[in-house]
Amino acid sequence: MADRVTNVVVAGLGGQGVLKASDILAEAAFRAGLDVKKAEVHGMSQRGGSVRSDVRFGPQVFSPMVPNGSADFLVALAADQVEPNQPCLADGGILISPENVDENLLSNRRCLNVALLGFLSAHLELPESHWLAAIRSNLPSPLHEANCQAFAVGRKMGGIG
Amino acid sequence: MNQAGRMLLSGNEAIALAARHAGVALGAGYPGTPSTEILEYFSELGGKAQWSPNEKVALEVALGAAFAGASAMAAMKHVGLNVAADPLFTAAYTGVSGALVVVSADDPGLASSQNEQDNRRYAVAAAVPMLEPSDSQEAYELTLEALDLSRQWGLPVLLRVTTRICHSKSIVLPRPPREAPPSPVFHRDVRSRVMIPAYAKLAHQKLRKKLAEIARWCEQSPLNRVIRGDDSLGIIASGIAYVHAREAAPRASFLKLGVTYPLAIEQARAFAAGVRRCLVIEEGDPYLVDSLRAAGIAVEGQAEIFRFGELNVGRVKRIIAGDPTDEPPMPPGKPPQLCAGCPHRKVFETLGRLGCIVSGDIGCYTLGVLPPFEAMDTCVCMGASIGVGLGLRHVLGGDQARRVVSVIGDSTFVHSGITGLVEMIYNPPATGHVLIILDNGTTAMTGLQEHPGTGRKLDHKATGRVVYEDLARALGITNVHVVDPTRDGEGFERLLASALKRDELTVIITRRPCLLAARRISELDKAAENKPDHGG
Repeated sequence: MADRVTNVVVAGLGGQGVLKASDILAEAAFRAGLDVKKAEVHGMSQRGGSVRSDVRFGPQVFSPMVPNGSADFLVALAADQVEPNQPCLADGGILISPENVDENLLSNRRCLNVALLGFLSAHLELPESHWLAAIRSNLPSPLHEANCQAFAVGRKMGGIG
Repeated sequence: MNQAGRMLLSGNEAIALAARHAGVALGAGYPGTPSTEILEYFSELGGKAQWSPNEKVALEVALGAAFAGASAMAAMKHVGLNVAADPLFTAAYTGVSGALVVVSADDPGLASSQNEQDNRRYAVAAAVPMLEPSDSQEAYELTLEALDLSRQWGLPVLLRVTTRICHSKSIVLPRPPREAPPSPVFHRDVRSRVMIPAYAKLAHQKLRKKLAEIARWCEQSPLNRVIRGDDSLGIIASGIAYVHAREAAPRASFLKLGVTYPLAIEQARAFAAGVRRCLVIEEGDPYLVDSLRAAGIAVEGQAEIFRFGELNVGRVKRIIAGDPTDEPPMPPGKPPQLCAGCPHRKVFETLGRLGCIVSGDIGCYTLGVLPPFEAMDTCVCMGASIGVGLGLRHVLGGDQARRVVSVIGDSTFVHSGITGLVEMIYNPPATGHVLIILDNGTTAMTGLQEHPGTGRKLDHKATGRVVYEDLARALGITNVHVVDPTRDGEGFERLLASALKRDELTVIITRRPCLLAARRISELDKAAENKPDHGG
């Protein structure tokens, strides 16, 4: 991972926390000292429509947008957003969808976005401390506990912890 | 987010930070995607920022500040610059004593706009220098440079950004904050500031002379730079297209332009001569390629299909490969819609039921065109609902004319609808007209900004308030109604049906706060009640 750019696409519907999830991911990479770029479109998409955010990190990133067919990970927060975003995945790229996490284990189901980040984190070399710091700095303190719990659930289901 | 001096910022945040670091005394604008966050962030950082009723007024306010010697900024989306074009063109003649940067945030690909006009054309047409950043670091640097250039040459400077620059985040290493610009003082300079024909003739010549000097400076400017690679392919690019191209062709040579008006023509000529194939990669109109070719430089452009929509790494690879074949369509996403419980829903249901011909406008409510409502027939630009509705009424036969309704949001009405209302009084159609102002108490589409009808400023502090019903009555409309169709849908339908039958002028204000803003509005109202001395 260290010598090349890692590409992650986070997709879902307006209101699901796509932008929040990508902010947390981008900050975790930023805290690791990497070059980071993040691209998304605001505006109409906030009215319940499809939302997609691209996060890229590595030694040097040029374009902020993940080229089609080169996403290492597609994190889909809504099952129906997998298909329209499938073309972004690279050969051998990993799809992470709500199926990967048992929502019954979450203390708050609205934290699904962060739970899926936990699952993603098991596949990345970013230190856990950076993830947790990023979650805390992107969310108000009353939400820290539920989101850190969701992150831990996802990370465990991803194979770590 | 700050770590050892590094920050991860959007382009909009980087522009705001630079404005703050450079001591910009006033930032004015009107909310518009993708520019909105510039002034919001500038305000959060402690800068004096304001929403004006529209971009024209915002630019005039910023120009006044710059006449007085201050550093000022006006920020708007691309179509906002159409509204502000009038002051821009003549501000190039008057020049400024301080600094004036006009940020134009273009929207290639129409993420949230009604067209994909390329505002690089405005720099040429108005004859103002233009800078274009490629990421957040450059958005920061070039904002500082634009302010410096403006003060140095006494000209407004256009900072042209696009959606992907505004809303993408990347790393910024800020410089230490600078010394504040000198305190504003007004010096009388009638020949420079009063554009009667006799003085404007001279001002035009002075402007062209300055531009020729800037063009000479531009040839040596470090804002344009050559990245030497393989000489088999040289690429000339600016803005977001540059980063896509660097990734698509990592071994190519590059002429990366930070100043895109005036152009460093001689530098481009030398660059093109030094490579075997010289290709211009640009998003939007063929502005760079046409300008370079007009100067006699043999450069290759891109196929017409790449003029539409945004570029990306994949499309740039196709341009380089000379592949003009049809591109695979993007899989459709889920379209946006009016929120469940949105107060506009009842209005569009009713308009549909009554078979109205709806002259619509710009805002969330433009979504009334989509199913299940399909109750909008025209949408052109901010404020056009009223003029277009009147034009339809003037020429249509009575039966159709009596079904025409103009529908406009509250913020849009203040932006460009008031003159339309004056037209309605002054040139009323024979069948009268019906105007509905959808008052949800906020500028919802762009993210819940305040406007003159909310009685609160950009930072949500109380100020004077424009009351639409008072305004309509003062202008001479006798049938003015304020209703809440969500609460009384049948009453609204009866009111609208009877207004359509009468050959009179009617203004109906549908008032109910946007669901997304309702909680904040009631909290702000409560806070204001506790401070009765806070009014404007």
